[in-house]
Amino acid sequence: MPTKRTPRPQGKLPAAAASRALVDHGFVPVRAKLIEVAAFLDRVERHGAADDFRCVALRTAAQVLLDGKPERARRILERLSDPTTKPDAVSTGKAALGAWLPPATVGVKVTLKGKVNVAATRR
Amino acid sequence: MRYIEPHGHMVSRTTDDYQAMITAGCQAVCEPAFWAGYDRSSVDGFRDYFRQLTEYEPARAAKFLLPHFSWLCINPKESEDLALAADVLAMIPEFLTKPNVLGIGEIGLNRNTRNELNVLEQHVDLAVKHDQLILVHTPHLEDKLKGTRLIVDLLRSHQGVKPGRVIIDHVEEHTIQYVLDQGFWAGITLYPDSKSSPPRAVDMLEICGRERIWLNSACDWGVSDPLAVPKTAFEMRRRGHSTEFVDQVLYQNPVRFLSQCPKFRLPNT
Repeated sequence: MPTKRTPRPQGKLPAAAASRALVDHGFVPVRAKLIEVAAFLDRVERHGAADDFRCVALRTAAQVLLDGKPERARRILERLSDPTTKPDAVSTGKAALGAWLPPATVGVKVTLKGKVNVAATRR
Repeated sequence: MRYIEPHGHMVSRTTDDYQAMITAGCQAVCEPAFWAGYDRSSVDGFRDYFRQLTEYEPARAAKFLLPHFSWLCINPKESEDLALAADVLAMIPEFLTKPNVLGIGEIGLNRNTRNELNVLEQHVDLAVKHDQLILVHTPHLEDKLKGTRLIVDLLRSHQGVKPGRVIIDHVEEHTIQYVLDQGFWAGITLYPDSKSSPPRAVDMLEICGRERIWLNSACDWGVSDPLAVPKTAFEMRRRGHSTEFVDQVLYQNPVRFLSQCPKFRLPNT
């Protein structure tokens, strides 16, 4: 999968008046989602679940929001993806989990400060 | 407004949903074979399901004046059982001549395993042998990027596959351009909690263009919205896109792809 994207045809862009409407209609719902993210991170920390690999992945991915570069959605999706390329020998279950857990960390728990503890977290 | 629902698992939906869809302007619904939420115990479970997709469900949709088409396969979630997959694959050809069957789908990968890849390749062979359209499911969440790459590699290496007759579904921002660059069609699925939202779908259309792309709700027994496609039309209009833009993405594009199968005919065409 190339990280550098090829030139693409442009879709029809909205009129200038519609650009203001993007913010008018979009700001409050997105504001609510941002607060949900913050509250979720507070909640898992308060309940001692912040070390779950998915929460760690979420915090790492969220850094993309503030790096000032474009294509944030694509880059966050990539950060939450399995980066390997070979098919797996066996299935680990029917359901995906939303963040990738490297096989080497099976049975390992990553802490908020990056320390590694032995604990069962794998599906 | 008129639109096509090119991917809806209507066996899981109520008659209220059919009513709402036809009221919103739906002109046809297409139903790929999928996972029932549990593993079927034998090939006969699939035979019954294929009869439902090709006989009963079209009749139920017809009561609401909605043309119903279907796609057949054993889905990737049940592809770990190679013996069962072989039995189902051997049975599929007897259903391909049914009048509402458009092709093979939704095939693909779930957890990106060797067995899933093996069964995917057999489905592609079957589709090529019988000159069928192909509808591909890409994996969920963290598995989508790798799975899309594996699927595209397999399809591109198969000499009998024509990319213009394949739609790769459930694309998101990290896979859509790759799929389009390889010559395939791309499907954007609109889900409340995963895949794409209406605003993100319109973002992708603005960035990647509107050629070789369709939108679908993939409504099923999970959290999903059978009116997600017409609701996305509202998002387009709110951003200032023309009615012609909406019509191309929601109606003309799926008609163009699906009409490659001569069995896809709408009453008013």
